[in-house]
Amino acid sequence: MQLKHTVLYALLAGCGAAIAAEPPVIGLITKTETNPFFVKMKEGAAEAAKAGGAKLLTSAGKTDGDNAGQVTAIENMIAAGAKTILITPSESKAIVPAIRKARDKGVMVIALDSPSDPLEATDALFATDNYKAGVLIGQYAKAALAGKPAKIATLDLLPGHPVGAQRHNGFLKGFGLAAPDAKSNELGKAAEVVCMADSFGDRAKGQTAMENCLQKNPDINLVYTINEPAAAGAFTALKSAGKEKNVLIVSVDGGCEGVKNVGAGVIAATSQQYPLKMAAMGVEAGIDYARNGKKVSGYTDTGVTLIAAKPLPGVESKDVKTGTDLCWGKK
Amino acid sequence: MLGQEVNAAPAAAILPPRGWKEKLPPLGTLGPFLALLLACLFFATQNDRFLTGENFSLVLQQVMVVGVIAIGQTLVILTAGIDLSCGMVMALGGIVMTKLAVEMGLPAPLAILCGIGVTALFGLANGLLVTKIKLPPFIVTLGTLNIAFAITQLYSNAQTVTDLPPLMTWLGGTFRIGGTSVAFGVVLMLAMYLAVWFWLRETAAGRHVYAVGNNPEATRLTGIATERVLLGVYVLAGVFYGVAALLSVARTGVGDPNAGQTENLDAITAVVLGGTSLFGGRGMILGTLIGAVIVGVLRNGLTLMGTPSVYQVLITGILVIVAVAIDQLSRKGGN
Amino acid sequence: MSANPKLVMQAKGLVKRYGQVTALDGADFELRAGEILAVIGDNGAGKSSLIKALSGATIPDSGELLLDGKPVHFRSPIDARRAGIETVYQELAVAAAMSITENLFLGRELRRPGFLGNVLRMLDKKRMLQESITRMQELKVGIRSMTQPVETLSGGQRQCVAVGRAAAFAQHVVIMDEPTAALGVKEGNMVLDLIRRVRDRGLPVVLISHNMPHVFEVADRIHVARLGKRAAVLDPRKISMSDAVAVMTGAMPADSIPAECLAH
Repeated sequence: MQLKHTVLYALLAGCGAAIAAEPPVIGLITKTETNPFFVKMKEGAAEAAKAGGAKLLTSAGKTDGDNAGQVTAIENMIAAGAKTILITPSESKAIVPAIRKARDKGVMVIALDSPSDPLEATDALFATDNYKAGVLIGQYAKAALAGKPAKIATLDLLPGHPVGAQRHNGFLKGFGLAAPDAKSNELGKAAEVVCMADSFGDRAKGQTAMENCLQKNPDINLVYTINEPAAAGAFTALKSAGKEKNVLIVSVDGGCEGVKNVGAGVIAATSQQYPLKMAAMGVEAGIDYARNGKKVSGYTDTGVTLIAAKPLPGVESKDVKTGTDLCWGKK
Repeated sequence: MLGQEVNAAPAAAILPPRGWKEKLPPLGTLGPFLALLLACLFFATQNDRFLTGENFSLVLQQVMVVGVIAIGQTLVILTAGIDLSCGMVMALGGIVMTKLAVEMGLPAPLAILCGIGVTALFGLANGLLVTKIKLPPFIVTLGTLNIAFAITQLYSNAQTVTDLPPLMTWLGGTFRIGGTSVAFGVVLMLAMYLAVWFWLRETAAGRHVYAVGNNPEATRLTGIATERVLLGVYVLAGVFYGVAALLSVARTGVGDPNAGQTENLDAITAVVLGGTSLFGGRGMILGTLIGAVIVGVLRNGLTLMGTPSVYQVLITGILVIVAVAIDQLSRKGGN
Repeated sequence: MSANPKLVMQAKGLVKRYGQVTALDGADFELRAGEILAVIGDNGAGKSSLIKALSGATIPDSGELLLDGKPVHFRSPIDARRAGIETVYQELAVAAAMSITENLFLGRELRRPGFLGNVLRMLDKKRMLQESITRMQELKVGIRSMTQPVETLSGGQRQCVAVGRAAAFAQHVVIMDEPTAALGVKEGNMVLDLIRRVRDRGLPVVLISHNMPHVFEVADRIHVARLGKRAAVLDPRKISMSDAVAVMTGAMPADSIPAECLAH
């Protein structure tokens, strides 16, 4: 009798303890609310939070570059009890003081997709290896050109942006040209690169940049683009000039619209990145920290896959169907 | 009688102007044209592909969207106002017309009219807030800028709209004059500039726009309905943003919810570079066209030279300051 | 002055209250053909309220207003303008960046005849230029070019443009509110000359002014406003300037004014 009661009470106490244990509160702060990349991140975070029994708070800046909005979000989330904050920093340097304040309060801060500057300002970074993303499409382009002399145009992001530099330089490296290493913020140059222009990752500006490059050098046969909207703009420009069949376009991102364009022959190959994975890993780390007090640290590569419609020997790639299954954005 | 002064001379009261020097347009209007000329001469020496008909046709296509937005912006700035919402309203117009055509199956002309109708409505909202509620244009259009952006993102679900009916992208097509292909959209832009130039110069309604910008109280006292003039200007600007949306759709071939983000400031830059005063009441519409072309020429010329684009930003910034300084100085000197 | 001078404008018993303050307390007013009538009064005497009622800027609570013997009711300055009353305001009501011709015709632009004017709404700039030259020549205003922007003119010249505009379009009355207030001596005299010429061309002028020397220089009669009423109408040729000021401030009560100083 005594034993049965003891067990019963122990069970009840255990249940009570489990119910009384607070769910871990994790905050996710993206650059903007509307970019499909971040929408996918939120989805991934929400799923992981639900599966792990955590409470997810989300917020974002108003626009790309809205640092103040992100700082406010950090403060509000800590006040709401968040013990882990996942953030895609709009301004890698400007956000550091707010991050430091959070970490001083015992909050774990993980950067997603873009690093803070300095890298060590956050506990950890879960991001795409943007340099590797560039290398993959550079290797594919080299194989696709099959020894023909390359006349390359690069449609970059904007001056001084680390992600833009990493993808650009990775591409040059993968293509087999001398290039700055992954830490550099400078855009590498090469003799084969006959034109470099800024697209701001924007479709219309990519179109303008491509037009101007074609004016400079009508024999361009390979175009590296910072992302898929810029690639789409470049394609429109090439099509107007009647050159779209002879010019190869490669890109980075792996969004659903971009993968569709790979299938349509607009983009030859794209490096797909995984925002959902970044967010999910971040949430799991946050749950782990709340439950076991274990922090993550360092840089974790969330993976990048080459998606190409036409597989080439010597370069590993996945087909468009796989890319579509894994893509982010609206299918 | 006290003080019979100099001007009591009756016969020679009205004298003819002083000669050709006085007939020249003031520095504020000649300046932009000279700047464009100099830039073109410079780039022509750097790359022999610059000074071709094909290249110029390209530059005009590249600036035609901002160029048309800047027509509306010029009208607003002439009334001593400013419209920060222009780019976002244009993007909304583009999304509305493309979605209506592609998803609702509306015939292209009707969808286009609806898109322009939406942008005109935003112009009306801006105008009403400025004239009836008497809020400063800067604040009003800052608000409508955000509202337009949000509606665009929500309505489009952040997706670009593709597979447009050919009638919608027709203005992006070209025809040949001699050896050069000219885009229909560019012709439309030039025609609109000429029409507005005529309206501002030769009609009473156009002159009233200048009068309201220069001295709204004096204008009101002459019996002109200044509120109606202002309202009309904002609505007309909205219409131009809608036409710009059509040109943007025609050029890129899609409805892009992220279009127009830098066009806000690009349009204002074109207006300022073209010699129109931000204080209102002064300026030329054709100057705005030159201002828009200057930016396009800089971008094109520097790319042809292989110069990093950061220099384009630098030079544009310097030119803006020079343009505003010239405007200020020429006013102080009673030019 | 003829025995029964023609009355161009007349007001009887105008009353205007703003809350507790009575600005016009049964004010009378008479403007005769071919005269310059100066209106003087201390602050709060009802001078500006009187003028606002005459120019349509305010609507009096009671009393009547007659133009050429016929009763009129102005609901806005535009009504007054349509009735042929032009007002030159204290603040310079010109668009400085626009030319003199444009300012003269602002709000009353001439259009070209036929298709160009009716359908394209084109302005007849040649005709407007001609007319502005003619009008300014009639008023003997010396300005080099009608196409130069108003801001290139001196203050006095600008005011002449404003006065010239009013004189050019007025059919019955020209009202001027402190036209020489912001001007120096030379320029002020320029404007006074112009005011005289306006009168000589047959337009009566109502001149509000604080500047006694100017008033005594040009006025045919002086209307003194005091405490919301008309205190007296003086003859500037007979009364001295200091006495006129005394009447205005109330130091000399109206009934003690010698008869020959009053205007008949």
